[in-house]
Amino acid sequence: MTSETLEARAQAGTTTTVRRRRRTPRWVPYLPYLVPGLVGFVAVIGIPFAMNVWYSLHKWKGGLAPMTFIGVENYADLLHDEQFWTSFRNSVSMIVAMVVVPTLIGLVLAAVLFDYLGKKFGSRTAAFLRATYYLPQILPVAVAGVLWNWILNAQTGAVNEFLRSLGVTNPPNWLGDPATAMPSVMLVLVWVQIGYPVVIFMSALQRVDPELYEAAELDGANWWRRFRAITIPQIRPETFVVVLTCTVAALKVFGPIYVLTRGGPEGSTLVPSYYSYLNFFDKSKVGYGAAISNVLTLVILVVAVVILVAQSRSERKEREGV
Amino acid sequence: MAVTTADVAAVKASRVDARHRTGRARWLVLAGAVVVAVIMLVPFAIMLLNAFKSPGDYSQNGPLSWPQALYFDGVQNFWTRTQFPQKLWNSFLISAVVAVAGTLLSLLNAYAIGVGRIKGRLWVVTVFLLATMLPQEALIYPLFTMAQEVGLSNSPWSVIIIFTVIQSAFGTYLLASVLSTFPPALLEAAALDGAGRWTVLWKVVFPIVRPTLSVLMIFFFIWTWNEFFIPLVMLTTNDTQTVPVALASLQGDRMMDAPTTNAGALISLLPALIFFLIFQRTLTRGVTAGSVK
Repeated sequence: MTSETLEARAQAGTTTTVRRRRRTPRWVPYLPYLVPGLVGFVAVIGIPFAMNVWYSLHKWKGGLAPMTFIGVENYADLLHDEQFWTSFRNSVSMIVAMVVVPTLIGLVLAAVLFDYLGKKFGSRTAAFLRATYYLPQILPVAVAGVLWNWILNAQTGAVNEFLRSLGVTNPPNWLGDPATAMPSVMLVLVWVQIGYPVVIFMSALQRVDPELYEAAELDGANWWRRFRAITIPQIRPETFVVVLTCTVAALKVFGPIYVLTRGGPEGSTLVPSYYSYLNFFDKSKVGYGAAISNVLTLVILVVAVVILVAQSRSERKEREGV
Repeated sequence: MAVTTADVAAVKASRVDARHRTGRARWLVLAGAVVVAVIMLVPFAIMLLNAFKSPGDYSQNGPLSWPQALYFDGVQNFWTRTQFPQKLWNSFLISAVVAVAGTLLSLLNAYAIGVGRIKGRLWVVTVFLLATMLPQEALIYPLFTMAQEVGLSNSPWSVIIIFTVIQSAFGTYLLASVLSTFPPALLEAAALDGAGRWTVLWKVVFPIVRPTLSVLMIFFFIWTWNEFFIPLVMLTTNDTQTVPVALASLQGDRMMDAPTTNAGALISLLPALIFFLIFQRTLTRGVTAGSVK
């Protein structure tokens, strides 16, 4: 007996209502398996998030201090908070450094490794290069931050020691100068991030029919034409995945900022997550910190939904095109 | 047919030309790719060079010189000051328990959603997916106060419980889609043999999705190992901290001279590197096993 006939019978049973006896649907006995997961979800994500929304409607210094209900005042204050707007402007730089640049470079690198170097020099060369690009991805982000913090340190850092040995008398204070701090942080993030799209795109290219490339090559299409006409359209699903996950990560970024600059100097590298952390644990403005994190949550969800909708549209278009 | 032979000759000539050109071009492209690789590796090389160099040697000869003598005080400094074995154990305990418990929880959820096809499963999956996108800042303060209330403040178990749930949200999303394509014939055969749902889960479903589960477990382990924000907030004393938090909290310390910083970064990244090298095979095998099926 197949499940289709079972379902058909179940449907027949409900529509004809010959027999009044209600059969329990076949999915009900599976519910107990969902119980541990749901309990954990409610306790660790559901209730805390609801509490965070509740906190954001209060003025509260945290701990045993009294909580005063102030409605949406925290959110109203955010609108006039210059630092809040700065932090979200800086999120745009984070998206450039963690999504736009790595995805573009990653596309080119993956296509070059797969469709050019892999063919001319063998797949082992391509695999080795891919591994070196991926290396920064496996180290804990705090470790990457500490390492780069030292490399870029004004006094004892490797870059400035090197510059001084070349005769530069007054090398820049990379992370300590508001003008250079953000570009330095962005550079570090590009370095950390680049291996991820390369690895995803290369594995995506492996499922592309090689005959497509061979046919295009026989037709005299050069690498750039193949890149535009085959590579990019073929790995569009993976591109969406990379863009979605990296954008969410860029909006959430905390560790690198904490370890590299703590949002400074003069707020030039302040990001929303770090600003909310500051309010929670440094300024003891729990309600305000909660409001910032809720706005961040909202922004992330909206951006994610926009990307997911764009993805399903492009999928539909492709299906209709075929 | 002179025209065609001429054409063929011209085509052949252009082919040969093209091959010649790409012959030189390919080395240029390779050089470009290698330059990128070198840029990626330079920070690691600088770290290695300076982890075993004395502070005097460093300030005299700079970051790019070969160490004049091998110097192990940096490693030793970092090791004793951070009580590194303790930190290593904390990180290991948290990551290992989360990897196992998170995978188990994902499997149970995915069994109900993918195989049980419970009503409203699309909603459940969507909620789990959205949960993976939540910024941890929107949960941390309530979690912090809740942990205090139940007596788990500054305990690794608070972090373990939190990450088990957070990781399993992603795991459920992934596994549910894998299990929804589970061959129904297998399930029906088992049901005809009189196997209950629990038996089917462990005797039929589990063996088949084991490669995917092991991939998930490795990811959970590495992700939890690398986590920074929640351990930073929840684990407040020296004896409960994890490796990344310990390294970051030593920053700005007077004792952290160049060799100590580099030695610390080196020691802290070794475990992640070792897991990666050990599990790399499992990862690729798991991925292909999933796709073949």
